Amino acid sequence: MILIVAEYSGGKLAKSTLEMVTAARQTGREGPVTVLVLGQNVAGVATEAAAVADQVLVADSAALSTYNAETWAAAAAQIAQEGEAHTVIVGGSRSGREYAPRVAVKLDAPYLEDVISLSGSGEGLQAQRYTYLARVTETVEAQGPVIVVSAKPGSFAAAAPAAQPGEQYDVDLELPESRVSVTGRNVEKSSRVALAEADIIVTGGRGVGNAENFGKYVEPLADNLGAGVGATRAVVDAGWRPYAEQVGQTGKTVQPGAYIALGVSGAVQHLSGMGKSKYIVAINKDAEAPIFKVADYGIVGDVNEIVPALIEASKR
Amino acid sequence: MKILTLIRQVPDAEARVRLSGNAVDLDGTTVVMDGMDEYGVEEALRLRESGAGVEEIVALAIGPKRNEDALRTALAMGADRAVHVETDERLDAVSLSQVVAQLAQTEQTDLILVGGQEADWDSQALGAATAERLGWPQLTWTNELKLDGDKLTGRHDVDEGNESFEASLPAVVTTQQGLNEPRYPTLPNIMKAKKKELRKDDLATYGAQSRVKFVGAEIQTRARLNKIIDGKDPQAAAAQLIDLLRNEAKVIK
Ligand SMILES: Cc1cc2nc3c(=O)[nH]c(=O)nc-3n(C[C@H](O)[C@H](O)[C@H](O)COP(=O)(O)OP(=O)(O)OC[C@H]3O[C@@H](n4cnc5c(N)ncnc54)[C@H](O)[C@@H]3O)c2cc1C
Ligand SMILES: Nc1ncnc2c1ncn2[C@@H]1O[C@H](COP(=O)(O)O)[C@@H](O)[C@H]1O
Repeated sequence: MILIVAEYSGGKLAKSTLEMVTAARQTGREGPVTVLVLGQNVAGVATEAAAVADQVLVADSAALSTYNAETWAAAAAQIAQEGEAHTVIVGGSRSGREYAPRVAVKLDAPYLEDVISLSGSGEGLQAQRYTYLARVTETVEAQGPVIVVSAKPGSFAAAAPAAQPGEQYDVDLELPESRVSVTGRNVEKSSRVALAEADIIVTGGRGVGNAENFGKYVEPLADNLGAGVGATRAVVDAGWRPYAEQVGQTGKTVQPGAYIALGVSGAVQHLSGMGKSKYIVAINKDAEAPIFKVADYGIVGDVNEIVPALIEASKR
Repeated sequence: MKILTLIRQVPDAEARVRLSGNAVDLDGTTVVMDGMDEYGVEEALRLRESGAGVEEIVALAIGPKRNEDALRTALAMGADRAVHVETDERLDAVSLSQVVAQLAQTEQTDLILVGGQEADWDSQALGAATAERLGWPQLTWTNELKLDGDKLTGRHDVDEGNESFEASLPAVVTTQQGLNEPRYPTLPNIMKAKKKELRKDDLATYGAQSRVKFVGAEIQTRARLNKIIDGKDPQAAAAQLIDLLRNEAKVIK
């Protein structure tokens, strides 16, 4: 079977899980596409997953109430072994990429990380992935009775519901005790459209000037366009915006239909997170800013003058 | 308490990446110690300076001969000695973790500091894979770290926001920007580093082989429209841009 570990947030199945189902089907490898749901009170998530998968395994227990790398890895590896999975697909989120290598070691399997395409090739899998800060696209290949893959969010189409929902089965797991205790949590979830799922993103950089100006320029423009809000590292480090909104090498990777960068210079580390967007739009007062080199549309001008005009012009 | 800090050499962020055949060719490209690893070396030094009972800081690189330069930089920053597992072969991160885990055992390491993500292969796997092989906990994307006896406390980034944590050594910690401000090696320390031990190991003794085959590489540049409007008249420029997005690109309603 092909085992997919579900990603979800706030009790809703994440789009990345639907993308992993597509990735699984693209391999053309045999066996049911099986989604494993780990957590507590996840019946709703399991039902959503059943709409797209051949079968769903549900491990609903208090021990899984919060994500932990060691527990998640143990759970995924155990099910992969019992179900004789030849392919295990994990989400390319920060947490997915944190426990997937552990799964690979547990299964003594090769690991294809953060793939943007996936196909079956004989006894194995072939995939593409970005390297060198997303400037190079590499093709990688692995063989073996079981291969672990993490799928880059936004790289595969979301699977549509199947004619028949898959069967759901409850599973019991033997889980290790977590050795890391969490003593505090600071959830920084953007209240807007999740970046990974947004069709349009309006990102503010240091050129926006200050935190208040995000409320004056970035948010209203995003509201008019139904867009998500992003930020550069410089802005996050300055404390103007939450880390959850950071786009780039050490933030999120996004690929929206339109990426609108306000006062963003376009450093390679930022470009590596948004350079694959369909259209890139830049507003910057410096005509030489590197962001213009990758922009489809742009205005050379001051954020303080251009953005209010954009907010006005985008009203409908 | 011994710390192993991992060093990887990557192209300078501004350097142009070239291909030769079906792989990236770094000949003639400026290479530097990965910024993520500078945070690791710096953090090891700070832990020592904070009185956390650090006996030794060992820097480790696995890779081609040129890695010596990155290891010398780590020694000049203040690491005590270096181990270089020299090879021209490219190993995937999970296979590399076999080497790191074995070394951590022979070196009796208590804490391994690894970069959160490399700037070349863009992998995030080495820390977690090493931790799994050793049966240790891992803390990824750490931006604050304290050590008291064998108790680690700190803060690290998670999918949405960050968490404060507590764990015990031995452990693997992956670093990232914000953890600290790495020091520059001073000239006297650069001189001293030349005399520090840099041991060479043979990859064959670790029995690690790549499980991933690197088949090809391509540089895909997307042709961009580059329609840049002069913003002297903000209203006109804004109206023109919105019109282009609506009617040409058709990305907004
Ligand atoms: C290991 C590492 C990881 C990193 N990861 C990330 C990452 O994930 N994401 C990320 O974004 N960065 C990352 N960075 C940082 C990156 O190198 C840049 O420093 C950062 O992206 C710059 O942010 P910025 O564009 O907001 O600021 P700046 O580079 O300061 O650019 C501000 C821009 O605004 C323009 N401007 C100023 N005032 C105005 C105005 N009034 N009107 C119009 N334009 C104006 C300026 O011309 C300039 O181009 C990373 C760096 C390292 C070393
Ligand atoms: N060949 C290597 N030699 C030493 N350290 C490495 C090597 N490869 C990766 N690392 C370390 O692992 C970090 C992240 O690598 P990875 O997990 O492979 O992305 C790097 O920043 C280094 O700290």
